[in-house]
Amino acid sequence: MIARLTDGVSRRALVLLGLALAAALVAPLFAGDYLLTVLILIFYFAYVGQAWNIMMGFAGQLSLGHALYVGLGAYTAAALYVHFGVGPWIGLLVAVPLAALAGAFIGFLAFRFRVGGVYFAILTIAVAEFARVGFDHLSWTAGSSGLFLPVKQYAHNDLWLLRGSPAMFYYVLLTATVLAFIGCRALLKSRIGYFWLAIREDEQAARAAGIDTFRYKMAAVVISAAMTSFAGVIYAFYYNNLFPEQVFHISRSIEIILGPIVGGVGTLFGPILGAFILTGLAETLTGAMAMLGIDLPGAKQVFYGICLLLVIMALPDGVWPWLARRIGLKERGE
Amino acid sequence: MPLDIYLNVAVAGVLTGLVYGLMALGLSVIFGVVRVVNFAHGEMMTIAMYIAVTLFSAFHLDPLVMMVPIAAVLFAFGYVLQKGFINPFITRPEHSQFLLLVAVAIVIVNVLLIVYGPDAQNVQTSYAYDSFQIGPLIVDATKAYAGLAAIVVAAALFAFFQYSTVGTAIRACADNYTGALVVGLDVKHLYALTFGLGAACVGAAGTILLLIFDVTPAAGPAYTLLAFVIVITGGLGSMPGALIGGVMIGLTEAMAGLLFTPSAKSMFSFGILVLVLLFRPQGIMGKRAA
Repeated sequence: MIARLTDGVSRRALVLLGLALAAALVAPLFAGDYLLTVLILIFYFAYVGQAWNIMMGFAGQLSLGHALYVGLGAYTAAALYVHFGVGPWIGLLVAVPLAALAGAFIGFLAFRFRVGGVYFAILTIAVAEFARVGFDHLSWTAGSSGLFLPVKQYAHNDLWLLRGSPAMFYYVLLTATVLAFIGCRALLKSRIGYFWLAIREDEQAARAAGIDTFRYKMAAVVISAAMTSFAGVIYAFYYNNLFPEQVFHISRSIEIILGPIVGGVGTLFGPILGAFILTGLAETLTGAMAMLGIDLPGAKQVFYGICLLLVIMALPDGVWPWLARRIGLKERGE
Repeated sequence: MPLDIYLNVAVAGVLTGLVYGLMALGLSVIFGVVRVVNFAHGEMMTIAMYIAVTLFSAFHLDPLVMMVPIAAVLFAFGYVLQKGFINPFITRPEHSQFLLLVAVAIVIVNVLLIVYGPDAQNVQTSYAYDSFQIGPLIVDATKAYAGLAAIVVAAALFAFFQYSTVGTAIRACADNYTGALVVGLDVKHLYALTFGLGAACVGAAGTILLLIFDVTPAAGPAYTLLAFVIVITGGLGSMPGALIGGVMIGLTEAMAGLLFTPSAKSMFSFGILVLVLLFRPQGIMGKRAA
């Protein structure tokens, strides 16, 4: 199994990967509170980006509504905790299937009725927006006034109930990102991965070759939705407050997919690199604005938007494919 | 509730829907020809709305009068955007185009935020509280003017595409890209013209809509979504479809606001969108794409 995962990867790439992982593992020992918060954000986006990438990067289905799965995961786990005292890891057993079901619902509707391309993308937005307005009026989760998780000062980290210091959340998200990375690599190197790539490149040809495209597209949506909802659970227990206007908002969906697109759609490192670049860029801009004494709401986002424009115009395939060529890590046979 | 309340609300919904339709028309024209989904559509509309606010507060120029000049400004904006940024992206995958336009949208929203601040702004015209009484119906004067103006602009656009040489050439590009190149049409220029026209549409729509609604910098994304819902309902790329979809969504929102709660009104438009996607994915007036 491990041999198959590392097959075709150069020794140099493995060493670099090991070094990166080691650096990530010891980072909380050296990082201050602020930097740790930024790193948590980075790994959150890296993980969710990886999940989104399964749908778009592997199977070629553009989802612009991934906030739906984050929100469903977050709300399910949080509501179970608030109402019944059910811990997040048990809550996962409800949250993940629920999000998977939502993904299956969208996938079934779209793929059965041959809704594709732009139409599919807008269907995903529509369902997420539907959920946003719906949760705004759902009194069980406190509607638009927001759902709050009880917060206390914690003497020690309680991993089982996910109550504790930022460092704990950092390691949870780091683990999730690493597992997602390995999982995606395994998927790509398995039968289903090759089927996905075939569907992405030419769906009709894939069908003609005997691939059950409906089934494998469904698999992509369901896996992606289930993975994304886990991030939602962590989101809920990390931020301790949930508002439909924030959690399900389209700008959340857009945030999720910017990373993988900037990093490189369809690549395994793209989502991780993209998360580092974009979160790093946003934080650098915040710092630069503070240093220059510019206190203008919106100024930071203007620069952020311009940087996005420049990146996508200069490197349309994303940063990772370009960087991989530069540092000589291009995989054999790719 | 007596029947005439429903009728009044329905008429108001239809009139607002016509303006929505004009906004969506711009999106539909752009997609129909350039095959790019303009994810910055609502943001472009807020630009027009803010220009109208500024002209009104500084020179007391009525939005209905300023509709054409503002549309011209947006035309120039759209032309430059297509020529400078989008043309290199027309052959790239959808997610690349998406990112490009999202970046444009982010810049627009935040430049407006810097210039105008986060508070809602509107115009107070002298006829803001006038109304017409037609039998049992009471129609807001502003909504009546707005609906009428939307129809006039849409009719002008239809006429342009149907009868002018340039309009015919643009339709040729939409029908057959290679064919248009072969007969020597300057496709890049025509694409930029089309994007400009779509932007002019949304510029006119924004100017008119300011008579009905306030504007905030954050309103852009919501309008972009609304425009998507309308064009998909009506048929992406179909011009009459955009207007019909606009009226349908306007009517649905108005009735949902009356019968349920106004804050839940967009749920019904999204519900309609999902139903249309399932049972008539090409939209009400659309032709089935291959």
